[in-house]
Amino acid sequence: MIEISGLTKHFGAIAAVSGIDLKVGRGEVLGFLGPNGAGKSTTMKMITGFLAPSAGRVWVCGHDVETDSIAAQQQIGYLPEGAPAYGDMTPRQFLGFIAEVRGYRGEAAKQAVAKAVARTELDPVLEQTIDTLSKGFKRRVGLAQAILHDPPVLIMDEPTDGLDPNQKHAVRSLIRAMAPQKAIIVSTHLLEEVEAICTRAVIIDRGRVVADGTPAELLARSRHHNAVTLTLPAAQAESAKAKLKALSTVANVEQIGRSDGMVELTAFPKSGALLIEDASRLAVNEKWDVKELYAEAGRLDEVFRAITTHDTTRARESRA
Amino acid sequence: MNQVWPIFKREFAAYFATPLAYVFIVIFLFAMGAFTFYIGHFFDNGVADLSVFFAYHPWLYLFLVPALSMRLWAEERSSGTMELLLTLPIPLWATVVGKYLAAWAFTGVALALTFPIWLTVNYLGSPDNGVILASYIGSFLMAGGYLAIGSAISATTSNQVIAFVVSVVVCFLFTISGAPLVLDFFHGWAPQALVDAVASFSFLTHFSAITQGVIDLRDLVFFFSLIALFLTANIVAVDLKRVG
Repeated sequence: MIEISGLTKHFGAIAAVSGIDLKVGRGEVLGFLGPNGAGKSTTMKMITGFLAPSAGRVWVCGHDVETDSIAAQQQIGYLPEGAPAYGDMTPRQFLGFIAEVRGYRGEAAKQAVAKAVARTELDPVLEQTIDTLSKGFKRRVGLAQAILHDPPVLIMDEPTDGLDPNQKHAVRSLIRAMAPQKAIIVSTHLLEEVEAICTRAVIIDRGRVVADGTPAELLARSRHHNAVTLTLPAAQAESAKAKLKALSTVANVEQIGRSDGMVELTAFPKSGALLIEDASRLAVNEKWDVKELYAEAGRLDEVFRAITTHDTTRARESRA
Repeated sequence: MNQVWPIFKREFAAYFATPLAYVFIVIFLFAMGAFTFYIGHFFDNGVADLSVFFAYHPWLYLFLVPALSMRLWAEERSSGTMELLLTLPIPLWATVVGKYLAAWAFTGVALALTFPIWLTVNYLGSPDNGVILASYIGSFLMAGGYLAIGSAISATTSNQVIAFVVSVVVCFLFTISGAPLVLDFFHGWAPQALVDAVASFSFLTHFSAITQGVIDLRDLVFFFSLIALFLTANIVAVDLKRVG
């Protein structure tokens, strides 16, 4: 549905995006991750035709965004960063305008607006001007605008940024509900969002794709993937640490003291090994007073940092 | 045209959604009256025509029209709605034309609201209403010319103040390009044809020709081609910003 090839954008001497290739199909929710200034928004702006690429091409449902932009834009719903809207209009007027621009007239326009309003739960504020709305409602107006024509392709730049947890949940449920029929690209800073809604995560750094896989695949690259943490009394910590280390599947054990007299031991597995069974059996056999015992799927923030921390930063950190 | 209409409608309604429209219209009418009666001495002239009224239109437009046009694109750019607008499936020309026509229609409304002065002059005497109609048409065309210039300049910046100041300067040059201030700059080095060409860009010359009561095809062609030229520049300016 979305095909990007060699996409590049220069602003003067700065390369904001350099040579991105991607394909996104129906049913995929692709999470765009990356530090600030990595090129996520710039890429989205080129997919939607707001910016012209310096090189490379984008096809949306088979239409080249540069040469056949109107046809491509008809297939796209776009929520720009910050969900811009005309502040002096009410959501009803604004969505009416969008419907009309998208070619709906009369009763069809009313229905399309009503449907988008229902999906984004905008009813309570329909007659207030957008300027007076809370951030959450403003964002939902932007979302309603993007899904009004039920587009096969949805591009959303930080759709949950600045929302409270309930609103985030609502937006994520909406995205999940629409996912099977659409190709969706979502950019985000929130790593938990990727685990919550994305079928695929792409990490962009300095204008390049540096990682591309399912959230589970990315998690598997984490040091904490399958790591097991036990919480037990400080008195038992030393012997427990030695016993854990002796397990054939354990590569390393780290210890963190806690203020309440307990100690957290984290055992890191040798590559790919499953530790939780060995560790829990050991704890039972040794009669440790284990208060907590859990295995981790991995930490996305760790993977994210490992991939996107630049060499210079890394060098500085190691010197410190 | 199908695609111009929604843009036109939204833009036109936007004027009336804020105090902008009312403030503009009140000041426009007040200034028109002040110029006509106090500076133009409308009553003292003892002539039943509106020539003193129309004589001040170029000078009023010079400041009021850039105040309208400055927000046309600069505001979209600074508020981020530009990104929304340009990713909707409408050709760029339709967006540019729709916004422009809305602003032009709005100046038309303001101009039409000066009708009491037309009633007054008809009550006081028997003016040549043909000349008055021609003058109104000329004034409207001239407003369209100023607006097109302002719209194109607004598209080059996200700062409304810059858009206003630059528009006033450019409009001023177009207003008086038949006057020595501008022509002396070209005299002496430029060929006479160029000097004549510059002089022919003067809004004052074309407008005063129309206010004589004769709508010459040349004057119409002048205003319409100027509008077309600046709207094209407007499209190019928006498109160039896409390329970055």
